[in-house]
Amino acid sequence: MARPSLRPRGFDDLGLRRALGDRMLPLLVAAMAFLAALAGAGAVGAAALADHWRQGAGAAMTVQVPRPGSAATPVAGTAEETRVERVTAILRGTPGLADTHALPESELNELLRPWLGGLAETTSLPLPGVVAVRLAGDGMDDAGFAALAGRLAAAAPGTTIEAHRPWVRRLSLLARSLQACAWAALGLVTGVAACVIAVATRGGLAVRREVIETVHGLGATDGYIAQRFARRAAGLAGVGALIGAVAALPVLVGLANLAAPFTALDEAGASAGQWFAGGQWFAGGQWLAAVPAALWLGLPVLPLAAGMIGFATAQGTVRRWLRRLP
Amino acid sequence: MVRLSEVGLRYGLGGGEILHDVSFAIGPGGFRWLLGPSGAGKTSLLRLLSLATRPSRGSLEVLDTDIGNVARRALPPLRRRIGMVFQDFRLLPHLTAFDNVALPLRLAGRPEGQIGADATEMLRWVGLGAKGGARPAELSGGEQQRVAIARAVVGRPSLLLADEPTGNLDESQAERLMQLLAELNRVGTTVVVATHNDAMVARHPGRALVLEHGRLVRDG
Repeated sequence: MARPSLRPRGFDDLGLRRALGDRMLPLLVAAMAFLAALAGAGAVGAAALADHWRQGAGAAMTVQVPRPGSAATPVAGTAEETRVERVTAILRGTPGLADTHALPESELNELLRPWLGGLAETTSLPLPGVVAVRLAGDGMDDAGFAALAGRLAAAAPGTTIEAHRPWVRRLSLLARSLQACAWAALGLVTGVAACVIAVATRGGLAVRREVIETVHGLGATDGYIAQRFARRAAGLAGVGALIGAVAALPVLVGLANLAAPFTALDEAGASAGQWFAGGQWFAGGQWLAAVPAALWLGLPVLPLAAGMIGFATAQGTVRRWLRRLP
Repeated sequence: MVRLSEVGLRYGLGGGEILHDVSFAIGPGGFRWLLGPSGAGKTSLLRLLSLATRPSRGSLEVLDTDIGNVARRALPPLRRRIGMVFQDFRLLPHLTAFDNVALPLRLAGRPEGQIGADATEMLRWVGLGAKGGARPAELSGGEQQRVAIARAVVGRPSLLLADEPTGNLDESQAERLMQLLAELNRVGTTVVVATHNDAMVARHPGRALVLEHGRLVRDG
């Protein structure tokens, strides 16, 4: 007799190709992966927005010095200075400030030109001196800020500091809340995906109950049976997530390009963007450049993560189910 | 090898007992017919012996292991040493006859080369050498029963249990099966055969366990 076959690759001894169908589960996981990609994009976008605000308006401070050319409050042992010179010197000696730039008259006139037009240079209105300051790193805490304001007012009475801290703080809080919502949505999607896989696995167990009881009776261990279900579920979930990730890509590219004016790319994002934009290797490079690197890294992770969730969920579900057998 | 002491069995919490105070012992290499009318509890007793269920009370020893005190994870290796021929065959419908016969060997982790030789030999022995590639749905009832028999004995079990194994076989096939069981019994396999086939029992006289209404009424 010709031997029919030795154990072929992917031998399906439990008949799971029929029990765990290759249509519904991948489609459901694809939908979950699509939503997960959007939620991930939301989290990354909110983080970029928060960074943008913190590094932009949140890191800037403007100091206004009335009567900038007048003499500053005299200090024993120091040469006579104008008020704006004294304020600038104090700011430059203050730790936590990255850059201090006293705006010359020409720059002030440029700033006023949109409102005053040609009158900006000829007006006799008394203009204050303006010093633009950029904070270093995490900037300055409230106590340091109050101390600096006191020192400046002592050196040049009437000097005011305009910082954007309160509303930047609120915007940052808003961005962090959005980020938390996005992570929560991602967690929810993950949970729903696990439930979908668990339900599909239980359906497969119900369909294959007699087969599983027979194989169990022939001496199969719980691990042997669970492993077969887990591999099948992992494969289907991985394929589904791959479909979902691919489907999400054009949406993410579109959203990233819409959001590009409002967000700043982080360093990794910038390098990925430059790779796409600078390479000019195909016409859509500029569009792809807007997608942050974190998303480029996250999308390929989706099928892997879905596969792992599928594997772990199916293992747990099958092992729990098998406990009812002796 | 097998020892039951005042074993009772009930399914679920509300049902009555299927088996009551069943006690007997079979030594290594022993043979027993399992006789009794339908509903007497023969299949339930075979389920106990095949470790498909545990007794509700009493003590059960199979393959010299106290089943009441053994961990669940220790049962699969014991089951691999038991061959079972089911009344309804229990073949896996999506596998070929060859793969059905080979399954116990695969579960036992035997090398594929040896599995192929043993499964092929066993199929040839039950007269299905040419039908190894057929699925159960493509086989007659008698052929399915022969595949089930081949699957039960291919691993050379220490304990062989058969529930109406000749029910779908013609007389000559039934006789060949009995010769196989006798041969296995001679080389040390303990055999228990449940049957209604009085003619077969008469042709192969041996000790019998007789059940009535879930009680063992004769052992001898």
